[in-house]
Amino acid sequence: MAQDMKPIAQDLHTEEMLISMGPQHPSTHGVLRLELTTDGEVVRNVRPFIGYLHRCFEKHAEKVGFTGVIPYTDRMDYLAAMNNNHGYVITVEKLLGLEVPERGEYIRVIMAELQRIASHLAAFGTFANDLGAVTPLLYAFREREKIMDIFEMACGARLTYNYYRIGGLSGDLTPEMLAAVRSFLDYFEPKLKEYDDLLSYNKIFIERTAGVGVIPLAMAANYGITGPNLRASGTSWDIRRNDPYSIYDRLEFDIPTGRGLKGEVGDCWDRYMVRMWEMRECVRILRQCLAQIPEGEYINPKTPKAIRPPKGEVYVRVENPRGELGYYLVSDGKPNLYRLKVRSPCFTQLGVLPAITDGVMLADLVAIVGSLDIVLGEVDR
Amino acid sequence: MKEWLDGVIAGSALLQGAPREITYFLAMVFFSLLAVGWMAILALSFVWMERKISARIQSRLGPVYCGGKFGWAQTVADALKLLMKEDLIPRSADRLLFTVAPVIVFLSTLLTFAAIPFGDNLIIANLDIGIFFILAISSLAVIGIIMGGWASNNKWSLYGGMRAASQMISYEIPVALSLIGVIMYSGSLNLLEIGRAQAGGFWHWNLFRSPFLFLGGFVYFTAAIAEANRTPFDLPEAESELVSGFNTEYSGMKFALFFLAEFANLFVISAIASVMFLGAWHSFLPWQILPGPIWFLMKAFSLVVVIMWMRWTLPRLRVDQLMQVCWKYLIPISLVLLVGLGTQMWVFSGR
Repeated sequence: MAQDMKPIAQDLHTEEMLISMGPQHPSTHGVLRLELTTDGEVVRNVRPFIGYLHRCFEKHAEKVGFTGVIPYTDRMDYLAAMNNNHGYVITVEKLLGLEVPERGEYIRVIMAELQRIASHLAAFGTFANDLGAVTPLLYAFREREKIMDIFEMACGARLTYNYYRIGGLSGDLTPEMLAAVRSFLDYFEPKLKEYDDLLSYNKIFIERTAGVGVIPLAMAANYGITGPNLRASGTSWDIRRNDPYSIYDRLEFDIPTGRGLKGEVGDCWDRYMVRMWEMRECVRILRQCLAQIPEGEYINPKTPKAIRPPKGEVYVRVENPRGELGYYLVSDGKPNLYRLKVRSPCFTQLGVLPAITDGVMLADLVAIVGSLDIVLGEVDR
Repeated sequence: MKEWLDGVIAGSALLQGAPREITYFLAMVFFSLLAVGWMAILALSFVWMERKISARIQSRLGPVYCGGKFGWAQTVADALKLLMKEDLIPRSADRLLFTVAPVIVFLSTLLTFAAIPFGDNLIIANLDIGIFFILAISSLAVIGIIMGGWASNNKWSLYGGMRAASQMISYEIPVALSLIGVIMYSGSLNLLEIGRAQAGGFWHWNLFRSPFLFLGGFVYFTAAIAEANRTPFDLPEAESELVSGFNTEYSGMKFALFFLAEFANLFVISAIASVMFLGAWHSFLPWQILPGPIWFLMKAFSLVVVIMWMRWTLPRLRVDQLMQVCWKYLIPISLVLLVGLGTQMWVFSGR
């Protein structure tokens, strides 16, 4: 009789389930595989597996000459190819001691900031899609399309541009292209308000993102998180301001940080919102650039035909849309570089995933992965 | 129905000669085919509507080429494609359950069509317990969905099935509770009588007859969307979380059955809302300008458009929030509304 009166909870023992999310899954943003241990809807353990998109970027870079690396950088973070280009050419120029003409610097910043908007738009759209709202994705890509058109005018390519050159750029921006940038800004600025009305302050959206996947500032620092994800945790660290490169020290812009308006500081909503605010700052930067851009050369005419930097090593970091992209370049004075190491912001951000997904719901996991905004092309390289 | 059929038989020399049972049987077959055809036409047109509406919301064009203009034949072409596709059954699936599941889902939706009045007396089966029949039959769908999720032998499908089970069973309660208000007020379970009682202008519609019914209408609409697994409550098939939920492993005609049932279900919930709250086949003025069925379809179609509009605007809720909405808000609200309605009826009508 006593044996029959076991606590009910013992009979209701539930098995944990091992389930593989990805590499083919709509919400892992590429070919990320997450091995989940789940107890019903609750995720107990997350193990990210990467490497499905590994293309030996760093090894290839050792064989193709200094200029030949530029197209490879396009293919790392393919949503921010301009910014990748930018970081790499600065690295080589620093080693060469090569100056970039004023106009070249302005065009570089214009392109980099347009790319930042395009990248944040993709992040915004896919994040909304992860949460079940399909329409913002289409809106975001409608706007991104216009940026792609401007890039196409400038360099003929729409995704992997290969536009920056050591010493400058591969081509000039004509007045028509600058006018296209200006008209895009006029078109785009009101759209940001529309996105806020449609998604940012939607009740369901806030319920799904506020207080979810909180990264406290200390944890963000410990895991080496950078970019919008770090700023969402409440600090205003931005390479463009803290370690300025190019002409960013001359431009006026604010650095939005997460304030925990809807939940806690560093939650998914903050990470999302920091990107939305950053797009406004990009527009500000672009307007200043358009007003200030001087006439002149777009590439330094003294750039050597064969690029052979002296022996030495250099580390350069730039602010990519996804965080701090670092290039560590070692040259031994030969036509090919000796070693190139890339510090990928996405790779470090992915590392924090197991730490913040303990005991979340399955749907929250999708939201967290989406809010980290990783690009697997850069994680694996 | 039987009386009407008897009347037809009495009036026709040909049918009088035939045995009564065979005539009944043939009539049954005829009307079932009518229902299937009607449901298929509705579902196909809804799929087309959804494509066009979603496209317009997202500043796209949607289908334009198929069928010449407006891409009207796109869904027909898709249905043909699905019919001709290979009917895959995963090797490790439970073959019997896997095959039966879509049929159950489809049938449960199809059977509800029998009791929906499209106009005065325009009903396949005039049941005295019409609304009860619809509620009972449409809740069978959850069995099919769990079966499909389980039999696929896919973990994501199982998740979809589990979610469907908890969601659809929970949301049946607010659906039923909000409909009970109308039943109390009309004093009938017969959909024709509920409809007839709302004649004579929109202020006679159940929605506007009592503040409690007004709110009850919204409770019904919300809960019914959740029961039909539409966004923002489409968790069982959340494609960004569960790939495609319970129907991940389905292809060909089996998938088409799920698909048809989902879109036919859209019509069923809108039709019930129209009959129960929006004056069924009556015009919003005391004069019936257009024929009843047209009014009815107009109301049902507008509600379908509203559901589609919501789908392409809102994000999806999380599982626990979904349950919260049901158990913490909708059910208590509908219970309070019931009590309020009862009080109103007791005070004003002395019933």
